[in-house]
Amino acid sequence: MTTMPTTTLAGQSTQEGDTAGKRPAATPSRRRSTARGRQSRAAWVLAAPFLALFLAFMLLPVVWSTLMSLTDTQSADLRTPLNVSFTGFDNYVRLFQDPQFFTALRNTGVFVLVALPLTLAAGLAAAVALDSGIRRFRAVFRVGFYLPVITSIVAVAVVWKTLLEPHAGLVNTVLAWFGIDGPAWLADTRFALPVMILMAVWRNLGTVMIIMLAGLQSVPQSLMEAAELDGAGAWQRFWRVTFPLLRPALLLTAVTTGIGYLQFFDEPFVMTDGGPLDSTLSATLYAYKQFGNGNYGVASAAGYVVFVLIIALTVLQFRVLRDKD
Amino acid sequence: MTTTTIDTAKVLRRRRIRQEWGRPWLYLPLTGLLLLMVTPFLWMLSSAFKSEGDIRRIPPDLIPTSPTLANYRELFSSLDFTRMFANSVIVALAVTAGNLIFCSMLGYALAKLEFRGQRTVFGLVMATLMVPGLVTFVPLYVLVANMKLTGSLLGLILPFLATPFGVFLMRQFISTLPDELIDAARVDGCRELAIFWKIILPLTRPALATLGIITFLGSWNNFLWPLVVAQNESQYTLPVGLALASSGQDFTRFGVLLAGAVVVLLPVTIVFLLFQRHFVAGIATTGLK
Repeated sequence: MTTMPTTTLAGQSTQEGDTAGKRPAATPSRRRSTARGRQSRAAWVLAAPFLALFLAFMLLPVVWSTLMSLTDTQSADLRTPLNVSFTGFDNYVRLFQDPQFFTALRNTGVFVLVALPLTLAAGLAAAVALDSGIRRFRAVFRVGFYLPVITSIVAVAVVWKTLLEPHAGLVNTVLAWFGIDGPAWLADTRFALPVMILMAVWRNLGTVMIIMLAGLQSVPQSLMEAAELDGAGAWQRFWRVTFPLLRPALLLTAVTTGIGYLQFFDEPFVMTDGGPLDSTLSATLYAYKQFGNGNYGVASAAGYVVFVLIIALTVLQFRVLRDKD
Repeated sequence: MTTTTIDTAKVLRRRRIRQEWGRPWLYLPLTGLLLLMVTPFLWMLSSAFKSEGDIRRIPPDLIPTSPTLANYRELFSSLDFTRMFANSVIVALAVTAGNLIFCSMLGYALAKLEFRGQRTVFGLVMATLMVPGLVTFVPLYVLVANMKLTGSLLGLILPFLATPFGVFLMRQFISTLPDELIDAARVDGCRELAIFWKIILPLTRPALATLGIITFLGSWNNFLWPLVVAQNESQYTLPVGLALASSGQDFTRFGVLLAGAVVVLLPVTIVFLLFQRHFVAGIATTGLK
């Protein structure tokens, strides 16, 4: 993970890409032995198919969307690209003047800041409980907790939508047994986003659990015994011995889950279309709607705002969770 | 005297329970959590075989009293789920095959071969790991549309054939293989590409299995891209078909929607339950590296 650069300006990337493409042509003149040349040639033969696809479907779109975010591109302009003109940071200015975008950013922020710690804590707790306290049926718990991870969010969202239906859904039926009059969950501005946060925790805690379980099993037993002999209680043993050893794995899951959460889209698309009253409108859903309305420049700009947030969150997580030494 | 024997028996019994079950008090919260995790699946599975009236019966029956396949019949006749199912399978298999081939090739080159520009290539590929799909999807859409691919499944496949994550995973795994193997093969006169094909690839099977599972699932569950690119029902994948079915029609026919969710979830769930040991091991080791 240390190799992951955090500065990824698209402009820089392409320049590097171009020089990388030219380099193999320069190697033969400089090469010392034929063996090395053979190796280098083989390497480029192996790399070429990936790099061709990567160039066309990753680098080109990244550069293109940077440019698009600085122009007034509309869907109608695609047939006549000459009408497009550079407008500098107008799209970004437009974004930040749009209260709806702020709502989308705030919802995304709340979603990530609440769902991410909850997911990590729940997954870690499940892993610790399974690792230390349970002998029978461990596999059943492990498989059950992990099951939601492999599912399609869309299918799961449809299932939850029926569960949360105000009149016939299972959730309100069960609440009614206890005399509670359940709300219209997804149609209520107070509940729609919290419900999606809980769904995200439900769906993703298994990933954290599986990776933490593997980490826990690699904690040397001798270390724990030594700590116990030194008089460390269970709580101290966890925070002083186990947790520091789990930190790199926790960092990795936190980063990947965070990147996914910042692009929160499927649940609001399927369940509420961003409503009620934009209370579940996410940044990605906002960009998708701008794209649907033909505002390609604005959609690309919104993409870059999310990208900057992803970089910021990743840097923050590295600061907080990296080994101190 | 009698009291002490009772106490000893009690202690022994408690110890035996402890050995067999671990810490008994942990079963209550864990079972509660397990119920929360699996209830949506049970509800889906049971309701998908019920008539609309039975779904709404209070209290709900776990096992349908008069099971029916009507929901599935409607799903496959009115929405052409057969076509969508086939689309999902074709796209997921093609994307998986592409990633296994292209990512292991570059992964090997980055891990074990020396070439100019190696660091640049690696840095570039890794840098894009963090780029959200949101950043690229607009130009990607324009690109695919200009290639006249929006009307075919190729448009769903091409952009995902080679992904940075796959390279990262394969490179990490291949780095752990001993260099001596490759050197020995070279001394024996094995050609460079043959080394990859005959020696490295068979040894990377565990990593290939992990990458294959992750890629297949990712493709099967992918939603935003097929939603944007697929122009008509003949290119819909299952999630797209299901999502549009749930928003388009009146949302009162639980049975049909839940049957749709079963069709989306059941194949991957069965594969997962059959191979969960390898699956979990693969995910866990990937996460630790």
